[in-house]
Amino acid sequence: MHELSITQSMLDLVLEEANKTGTGKVRKINLVFGDMAGVVGDCVQFYFEFLSRGTIAEGASVSFRKVPTQARCRECGQEFTPEEFDWSCPKCHKVSVEITAGKELFVESIEVE
Amino acid sequence: MNIKILKDILSANDQIAERNRALLDKHKVFALNVMSSPGAGKTSLILDTIRTLKKRKRVGVIEGDISSTIDAEKVKKERVPVLQINTGGECHLDAAMINRALENMPLEEMDLLFIENVGNLVCPGEFKLGEDRKVLIVSAPEGDDKIYKYPLLFHLADAVVVNKIDLLPYTTFDVDGFSKALKGLNQKARLFRVSCTTHEGIEDWTDWVLSTMRPPKQTSRRQPRP
Repeated sequence: MHELSITQSMLDLVLEEANKTGTGKVRKINLVFGDMAGVVGDCVQFYFEFLSRGTIAEGASVSFRKVPTQARCRECGQEFTPEEFDWSCPKCHKVSVEITAGKELFVESIEVE
Repeated sequence: MNIKILKDILSANDQIAERNRALLDKHKVFALNVMSSPGAGKTSLILDTIRTLKKRKRVGVIEGDISSTIDAEKVKKERVPVLQINTGGECHLDAAMINRALENMPLEEMDLLFIENVGNLVCPGEFKLGEDRKVLIVSAPEGDDKIYKYPLLFHLADAVVVNKIDLLPYTTFDVDGFSKALKGLNQKARLFRVSCTTHEGIEDWTDWVLSTMRPPKQTSRRQPRP
């Protein structure tokens, strides 16, 4: 549901960075979303087409790299992907995790003309 | 031409949140960002806290809702400063909304600010507001599986309040199992069990509010790394 604000912030950031280079058009935007961020790519795409009209990013393609949630067990150090309803370590079965990936929400790169 | 950016999408929001934090610091106001799904008891917990702490702390409230002023009207009866933000469809508060609200709050007359976020367990997690602590409420009838369905907010919370414990006998909410899951996901979060109807557990909660407020600004204003 927060995709509209996220898309607007993403577009602002992309335009700011593209303007720094003084180039013409933005062709491609590469985004990285962690699973925990709960961002729906289709919604971002939809809002982007609407919000980017009349800007140098209009018509740019948006690609998403999804990062699965990764945890590290605080007890035994095992790295694992938690199950939907189970955060226990597959090795030692304790539940005590540090989140090592899955919270990402950033612009990785852009391609400009 | 490919240009590396590697910048957080919400960095602009984070910068405004830092400004809010600086403004609150300047006025020595301690801010709690209260989040939950709709109906879990954010307003009720805030009202109970105001009634318990009114004589010791000067409290103010920012109410965030998609529409209406129902919650602000309830708070106003307690004779504390309150400001209603209507997000007009947005599912969360952001730092810019809080920035505008703070300009219209009597900060010099406040010690403690409650920011009641829009009822939602997903979106508010991403948007820093400039708060000192994040408080998450989950109510017994909602079920104890919320921690697995919305792990980000539970992971970020400084305090988790299980509300409506008077209804526990009528639900399958397993408080011990929930407590274990929370400890696994978030080692720093304090867990409270309260009922805003019977007022059970409210003092434990308000004691924590008082203790986390002091010493005023030296503790982890930044997100402590677990």
